[in-house]
Amino acid sequence: MISAFFIFNQKGEVLISRLYRTDFKRSIADVFRIQVVSNSDVRSPIITLGSTSFFHVRINNLYVVAVTKCNANAALVFEFCYRFINIAKSYFGKIDEESVKNNFVLIYELIDEINDFGYPQNSEIDTLKSYITTESIVSSAIAAEESSKITTQATGATSWRRGDVKYKKNEAFVDVVETVNLSMSAKGNVLRADVDGHIQMRAYLSGTPECKFGLNDKLVIDKGERGISDAVELDDCHFHQCVRLHDFDATRTITFIPPDGEFELMRYRSTSNVKLPLRIIPTVTEIGTTQVSYVVTAKANFNNKLSATNVVLRIPTPLNTTTVDCKVANGKAKYVPAENVIIWKIPRIQGGQECTFSGTANLTSMTTRQVWARPPIDVDFQVLMFTASGLIVRFLKVFEKSNYQSVKWVRYLTKASGSYQIRF
Amino acid sequence: MAQAGQDAKFFQRGKIEEFRAELQAAETKDKKFIKRKTALKKIVANITMGNDMSPLFTDVVQCLGTPLLEIKKMVYLFLVSYGRSKPDQIHLVIPNFLQDCNDRNPLIRALAIRTMSYIPIPVVTDALTENLRHCLKDRDPYVRKTAAICVAKLYSADPRRAEKGGFVEMLRDLMLDSNATVVANAVAALSEIGDRHDGVIFKLNLATANKLLAALGESSEWGQIYILDSLLRFVPEKHADAEVMAERIIVQLQHANSAVVLTTIKALLYLMNYMENRRLIDYCCKKMGPPLVTLLSSGPEVQYVALRNILLIIQRRPAVLKNDVKVFFCKYNDPIYVKLAKLEIMYRLARAENASEVLAELQEYASEVDIDFVRKAVRSIGRLAIKVEAAADNCIQALLTLIETKVTYVVQEAVIVIKDIFRRYPGKYEGIIPTLCENMDSLDEPESKAAMVWILGQFSDRIDNADELLDDLLYTFLDESVEVQLALLTAAVKLFIYKSKSDTAKELVHKVLKWATEEVDNPDLRDRGFMYWRMLAVNPAVAGEIVLAEKPAITTDSDRMDRGALDQLLLHTGTLGSIYHKNPETFIRNATGKALTDSPALNPHSRAALVPLPRAQLPPTEINVPGPGPAEPRVLEPELPVPAFSPPAATKPSPPIPSSPGGLKDTDTASSDHDDGDDEPIGAPDPYSNMDGAFGNYLQDEPRPMAVQNHSARQGDIDDLLF
Repeated sequence: MISAFFIFNQKGEVLISRLYRTDFKRSIADVFRIQVVSNSDVRSPIITLGSTSFFHVRINNLYVVAVTKCNANAALVFEFCYRFINIAKSYFGKIDEESVKNNFVLIYELIDEINDFGYPQNSEIDTLKSYITTESIVSSAIAAEESSKITTQATGATSWRRGDVKYKKNEAFVDVVETVNLSMSAKGNVLRADVDGHIQMRAYLSGTPECKFGLNDKLVIDKGERGISDAVELDDCHFHQCVRLHDFDATRTITFIPPDGEFELMRYRSTSNVKLPLRIIPTVTEIGTTQVSYVVTAKANFNNKLSATNVVLRIPTPLNTTTVDCKVANGKAKYVPAENVIIWKIPRIQGGQECTFSGTANLTSMTTRQVWARPPIDVDFQVLMFTASGLIVRFLKVFEKSNYQSVKWVRYLTKASGSYQIRF
Repeated sequence: MAQAGQDAKFFQRGKIEEFRAELQAAETKDKKFIKRKTALKKIVANITMGNDMSPLFTDVVQCLGTPLLEIKKMVYLFLVSYGRSKPDQIHLVIPNFLQDCNDRNPLIRALAIRTMSYIPIPVVTDALTENLRHCLKDRDPYVRKTAAICVAKLYSADPRRAEKGGFVEMLRDLMLDSNATVVANAVAALSEIGDRHDGVIFKLNLATANKLLAALGESSEWGQIYILDSLLRFVPEKHADAEVMAERIIVQLQHANSAVVLTTIKALLYLMNYMENRRLIDYCCKKMGPPLVTLLSSGPEVQYVALRNILLIIQRRPAVLKNDVKVFFCKYNDPIYVKLAKLEIMYRLARAENASEVLAELQEYASEVDIDFVRKAVRSIGRLAIKVEAAADNCIQALLTLIETKVTYVVQEAVIVIKDIFRRYPGKYEGIIPTLCENMDSLDEPESKAAMVWILGQFSDRIDNADELLDDLLYTFLDESVEVQLALLTAAVKLFIYKSKSDTAKELVHKVLKWATEEVDNPDLRDRGFMYWRMLAVNPAVAGEIVLAEKPAITTDSDRMDRGALDQLLLHTGTLGSIYHKNPETFIRNATGKALTDSPALNPHSRAALVPLPRAQLPPTEINVPGPGPAEPRVLEPELPVPAFSPPAATKPSPPIPSSPGGLKDTDTASSDHDDGDDEPIGAPDPYSNMDGAFGNYLQDEPRPMAVQNHSARQGDIDDLLF
């Protein structure tokens, strides 16, 4: 299991260093600094030297590192690093060098709690926050009764929820967020289009509410079967640990007692009938060796009551581009030499609307003619109240023994960031 | 949300004397212990930065009197860091530890034993032992779950003491605890102990395995991983046992934690070896695919782990993901390690039906920036041609287009694969040889040069100026690498056999043979030189038959791992071993190997391919485990839900294959049980099956553990990286 846990800044300075086992000394950190931090060409998140393996995750300007000396469960190690990052974000609002330094004592307390002898332990944020805080606690002052409530929760069957939650107004917010991945060939064929969805829930519900959640899902294992017309085929679903997997398996109902506050209820993936919100039609022509002309059209492919916002197209240019003349009717476009792209930003595109960019890149002449790799055009955008998969929340029922009324809100968002790519 | 801290200002290097003075000043007039807290924070920051703070031991320990939990935790952290180096002073803190062990607050009790067990020196261990015994039976589950891990720590510090103290039995009892978190930690601790070479053997019988499964639903995600992992310690004796268990755990594939998913897959793959129900096996395969694909939406690190595992899984269970090649297409901004891993899977999943899509992708990648990725893409095009006959024409066309780019590394890769394509499809594509010859000058790496030389020699009867070209290459013969020298030698001999009338050929072969036998130190090269020389001297006609004999057909079967090795590697699904595709005992010190255990339920094919575990070390001294529970692991007593512990000497050695009871079933199951793609007879006469680089070492960018470099070598064992 995990023998040591470190956080490094970009310079390779140690910000957090915790040895869980005696098989390493702190100086093992130097090995990581030499092998990874000061190495400009790191080609794996896992480096094994002799029997020692370094697992690292980069986040902002930090390296979160776990070191092992056994045949460790690699997925577990990375999940632990991810979990640490989430906990830190939740506690400090962000995770970067500044926030780590500002809270290093608290971080030591946390990593002592969420990992024992290299074995990850309960790491539910809600529970942790009930006994690991920044406030000074006089140790004898915690009533034994109070702490056994905490320990029961930390080890219990619903380790993610306190029993004594109370709200005046009982509300639950459901956000369906879909990320569309697209890879389109230069000929305009869809090579792959799929949706990574996740359902984020913010539950402000009193007591121990029993929730039942319904989607227009037809989880079909055998793709041969046909679903009802408006049902969505989900290729796969993954649930927060509060969801009873056996219930889902038997009857496809999603039942759970939610953690208090915000959590990711489920993730899903869909590949059939993906509705692509933006259609991009690029025409890129190399004129001799000195010019490249661009005509790129973006068309909004959804109901005209909705709109796409924060649309950003990144259109690659050859490495020897000197200037680009840009012409756009909507938004702004400019050439960014450092990244070899033209960035075209459009604040809003209404459903059905069409926007066009045209431009010419001027190139310097090169002694050796290099082939231009033509990276794909990348598009980022957001469309509110639209799901690319067609998923709809049918119902969310809350049962609690005090029988209170609860208000539920549902929002939908479809977005792309870094994975909506059109080759040309 | 908790308030953001403001501690960054303490992150500065300081001197021991300053901190000592600060701590002393804090002893008087320290309102709310602010001064003390500040001093301790500075000390913790300095520990982090690697400054030795151990001289402050006595000063820091003084702070334990302060009733602030925050201060206590900092002092404990200090003790975990330096306690081991202060065996003569550690007794100062023992009273505090003991007091905390009996605190009314369970969090404090747990904190005390957790901290004590991090300081493995006799004084502390002595004090811990008695308290640990109580804590293992504490009425608070949080204390019990902490105590369970403490036993593992105690065991790693002093195995015999832990055994004598009866802690292993107490752990075993904890596996039946009413609290799932306690159960999971007990399992984790026992697994750790069981994996030690000198540890007590940890196996599960059916009753205990079922108990653990019952706890699965209430466990935390991490607990589920420990429990699922331990299922590999259960050897099903009946097909039904494996089948029922698989059905119970299959829902865990829907868990959000990727480690739960991969560990579930590991357990399923393991249990499938013991299952008979064909439909259930197919169902498991079908259920495994989508969660594996979903892992590709996780962070890049988890994607990488998933991809390396998928590569193994689809070799053993080709039904999984066979229609999903598209999800492995690379995104332009994928990290390089993800791209390389995807490429390998794309090649594995390529079939006649999807070959054109795969080829189009590979061509796209061949124009990207990263050299390794481009090379691998080019090579994959060649391998695709060899694997899928229907796609060969298009692949050759693609390779020729790539050669036209004149990018040297692209040309070199293309030449290497084209050599194999010539062998795979004799008489079909030799027309492109002139194009290759035109690009001969850009070959500067041994592998590609050797490939080109092979082509020249093999087809020197069709290449008019073969002798000229060879002569050019021979110019630098003595400077070439052995690989190229060997190729040149053979090529010169082939040329001579084809054109024995030609004076140039005669001259060439004479020159090379003389060099090889007289000027070169390499014994292989010299031997081969003498061999050719004698053959040509004795009977040139027979020599021709031998040198130009028909070569065995080249296939792509050779790059698939054999089943026994796969079965063994898949027992490590999700771990480092599965990333490097190596058994952990081959690259990690003291790692335990795993092998399928024979039982009447073991599928005959798996049994036939079984790679038994070399029993490297002698069994440790006999350990008698007193207390309840069966002493003999093989005695199945389902009414006694206790795991079977036994000294290793008592474990039954796996029976030799022919006499195994399951062997009788061979005849009736042979027809029904062909596992996925495993129809071909085991040990098919593939001449390349045990050759690593049958067509080139395209695995050169495979991830692999690195050897420790010499600069870090210190005295003794460099493998240990103890700094």
